[in-house]
Amino acid sequence: MNYPETFRYTKEHEWVSVDGDTGTIGITDHAQNELGDIVYVDLPKVGGAIETGKSLGSVESVKAVSDIYAPVSGEVLEINTLLAEAPEKLNEDPHGDAWLVKIRLSNPGEVAGLLSAEEYKSFIGS
Amino acid sequence: MPKTLGKIRPHLTQNESLLFELSHPGKTGYQLPELDVPAVDAAEALGGENVRTEIEHFPEVSEVEVIRHFTRLSTWNYGIDLGLFPLGSCTMKYNPRINEAVARIEGLAWAHPYQPESLSQGAMEIAAVLEQYLGEIFGMDAVTLQPAAGAHGEYTGIMLVRAYLESQGNPRKKVLVPDSAHGTNPATAIIAGYEVATLKSNEQGMIDPAVLEAAVDDTVAAMMITNPNTVGVFEENIVKIAGILHAKGAQVYMDGANLNALVGVARPGDFGIDVLHSNLHKTFSTPHGGGGPGAGAVGVKSHLEPFLPTPRLRQANGQWTWDYNCPQSIGRVRAYYGNFGVLVRALAYIMAHGGPGLRNATLDALLNANYLRAKLAPYFQIAYNAPSMHECVFEDTRQESKGVRTGDIAKRLIDYGFHPYTVSFPMIVHGALMIEPTETESKQELDAFCESLIAIANEIDTDPEMVKHAPYMTRTSRVDEVTAARKPIVRWKP
Amino acid sequence: MLDACGLKSLDDLYSHLPAEALFPRSLDIPAGKSEYEISDYFKQQAAKNANGYASFLGAGVYAHYRPVLCDVVVSRGEFLTSYTPYQAEIAQGTLTTIFEFQTMVCQLTGMEVANASMYDGSTAVPEAAMMAARVTGRHKFLVASNLHPEYREVLDTAARNAQLHVEPFGYDSKTGTIDIAGLESKLDKDIACVILQSPNFFGIVENIKQASELAHKHGALLVVVFSEAVSLGLVEPPRDADIVVGELQSFAISPSYGGPFAGIIATKEKYMRQIPGRLVGETKDADGNRAFCLTLSTREQHIRREKATSNICTNQALIALMATVFMSVYGKQGLRELAEQNLAKAHYLAKGLDLPFSGPFFNEFVARPKGRTPEEANAALLEKKIIGGLPLGRFFPELKDSLLLCATEMSKRADIDAVKEVLL
Repeated sequence: MNYPETFRYTKEHEWVSVDGDTGTIGITDHAQNELGDIVYVDLPKVGGAIETGKSLGSVESVKAVSDIYAPVSGEVLEINTLLAEAPEKLNEDPHGDAWLVKIRLSNPGEVAGLLSAEEYKSFIGS
Repeated sequence: MPKTLGKIRPHLTQNESLLFELSHPGKTGYQLPELDVPAVDAAEALGGENVRTEIEHFPEVSEVEVIRHFTRLSTWNYGIDLGLFPLGSCTMKYNPRINEAVARIEGLAWAHPYQPESLSQGAMEIAAVLEQYLGEIFGMDAVTLQPAAGAHGEYTGIMLVRAYLESQGNPRKKVLVPDSAHGTNPATAIIAGYEVATLKSNEQGMIDPAVLEAAVDDTVAAMMITNPNTVGVFEENIVKIAGILHAKGAQVYMDGANLNALVGVARPGDFGIDVLHSNLHKTFSTPHGGGGPGAGAVGVKSHLEPFLPTPRLRQANGQWTWDYNCPQSIGRVRAYYGNFGVLVRALAYIMAHGGPGLRNATLDALLNANYLRAKLAPYFQIAYNAPSMHECVFEDTRQESKGVRTGDIAKRLIDYGFHPYTVSFPMIVHGALMIEPTETESKQELDAFCESLIAIANEIDTDPEMVKHAPYMTRTSRVDEVTAARKPIVRWKP
Repeated sequence: MLDACGLKSLDDLYSHLPAEALFPRSLDIPAGKSEYEISDYFKQQAAKNANGYASFLGAGVYAHYRPVLCDVVVSRGEFLTSYTPYQAEIAQGTLTTIFEFQTMVCQLTGMEVANASMYDGSTAVPEAAMMAARVTGRHKFLVASNLHPEYREVLDTAARNAQLHVEPFGYDSKTGTIDIAGLESKLDKDIACVILQSPNFFGIVENIKQASELAHKHGALLVVVFSEAVSLGLVEPPRDADIVVGELQSFAISPSYGGPFAGIIATKEKYMRQIPGRLVGETKDADGNRAFCLTLSTREQHIRREKATSNICTNQALIALMATVFMSVYGKQGLRELAEQNLAKAHYLAKGLDLPFSGPFFNEFVARPKGRTPEEANAALLEKKIIGGLPLGRFFPELKDSLLLCATEMSKRADIDAVKEVLL
């Protein structure tokens, strides 16, 4: 699987892509693969704040629930409503259409501290 | 014959629709007596706005359709009456039918909870005798029969701990739970208002006294221990563990899910437990009924007795009476006095065995589990080397190398005519196969079960793909749980 | 078998237990008894209970006729001796009946989602309250004082331990229905839900629409409780409620000195993921045929552990099955006729008696015996082999002169007349 060079990654298997002061957050292909068939995605409310390292929501497979940890802090601008209707998208296109939330970064400096694609790939041993 | 014709499949009982699809306007299956008082106009008596026009889409079927419908559905089920049901931690033993018969005796089945005590003495005596017998089996000073199920008993037990510690001045904050525990334990601690701290098990699958020692301080209210634990192993340091907890003022709670390994051999009250619950539908064989009703009797040491749910059963001048004056009680956990009908069955079970018989049943349960372990150990990886009690736990590491997991083996076992073991629990075991045969299985049944699992182990070596798509012999092939969860349909719609 | 295990005697099976944990003596329980002796023992105990009495007790536990088919079905070993249907391929019987149960509970209550059943009505109330707290993020409950008193006690116990706050509100002493003004004065932005019963503990039908409008105006949910399921054959269901919980004992479940019963919880589709307990869903098998399985299990304790919606593991499958058979036997027409008979019998009994409340009642009501205390009236009835009503002073000191009386399709006219004679 291709891990985009422009994304930054966490050891909890989230990615963030930055465009100006907006960050888009998702889970990695490795994460969706480990979780198996995803059946439900629980996302925060638009307008709420998320905080680095804290749970921003969860993804569920038939027999497991996993927290999604915020890779960076900020205010939720938009959530991906596609996932409510079609959670399977997260299995199909985790780095693209199945992004989770867009946020306004409250501390853009945090991004630099995350893993590069190369570092993440080596972390998951791929 | 084609494999399917729309909804019709080649099976003796294939062609059964849902009740709503069978329904036809005007069909009835009921009889009521002629009304012997004047009829009342509902709109007049209740007000027009309070009267419904009809129950939309409610079934309309005949009596023969009702009996046929449910009889057909029943044939799609597996039960203990059909064969071995080795679900670990669930104690699926034979359910003697005398228990069902006595629970239906009219004077018991039709007793109203508010009928005068003078006309309830038989029911109260049954409850009193059961309290006494369970107290003896648990090694506890007092027993409440009010909780409706095992999880409800757990909840009651942790509330008792809270009330007791409160009376000592501080309810404390945390409940310790080993990582091998049933999921109910942490869930219970949370709804009883505690934080949960998880304790890592050692390489024997047991609680490590040194790890415990480091984790206990004066914020710990209690530890919830399952003994034998969920890997079927008796906590060999249990007395020491209880000592560590007591030294810091914490209580020791025992989840009695696995009590079937201990009855007549060891008593929780004698090895340091302050409070435990027992699933009467497991150890005492009141049936599981497809998931209830159960009962979750709770036994306590005397220091916890004042906090037991109200009302308490007492005897005065030879008469049983309900005592509502329990000022330190945690209150009620259920309306009335508990699942009385289940209590009747449990008492019948205990009476049929008697003291010596209960102990013999325990020994047979241990023997059956150890026999299975010995026969299967060459084919499956035993999870822990410690001696097994009433159940044995394997992991699927050998089979995983062929891409077959415990869940697949379970489904293939169905083709051999057995209900699967408990799958993927406890979570500390890699791909667990948790097997509890119980004492009511014969050597022949156990041998047939072992031969089936050994045959599957061989199939995995030669044709793992086949195993991964089992079962093949059931009316319903592998069920798509993913679609069910992604697009939940939880009721029939026209 | 011992040889295969490498053991010499049965005692070797537990010889690894620490000596101080072993039980040194035999259990002090008499030796095993034969089937005849057990049967005889329980018959003797049953003989010490009420036998051959007509009864006018309701108050949450009702005497309704149990069609024979109900026991025939639940006595089948395939249902009786099966387990929670985790292995869907060999549990389609139980799963299908639960799916039908969930559907019928929705049809009865006017809700969109119902679970596979709860322990009973009383324990379903705190589960509904906790669910409302999760949905609203609020921590206070307003509870009607004419909710079944034992249900209220169960809620109090649960709330106290979860550090949630229960605030009662009163009833109108003229109508016996909830005090709407009192409710309104207590509603604010901290209230997670309003909990009321209909027909209430006094048997009186409440105005659900009005209560729901008030609750919703303040962002609170409305939880409606019922204890007499037969009422739903005739009475408009609480469609404006957000959560409905209740007791199905009336549907072929023996009074059995208070249990086992089966409770229900039902709600709107939007709250489906907050519902506690088991849920069965429809899906397909590998061949594309309709099949059922347990679903949305991630809400439950065995997966979510300390974050579960509840610690409940089981439902009351066998009891729910009994109720399902009952609902099938009576069906659309029968349940209505059954309810009409109950209404007729209770109103015949009530006619002419001194009733403190004016609200419309279904099959039970409050009455004041003339010239006697409730206890004296009951004592007089016992002499006629009749168990009278429930003296209310125990739960409502202000009603210590009153009885709660219930009549069902099983109340014979001659017995009703005998009760009237004593109470008038």
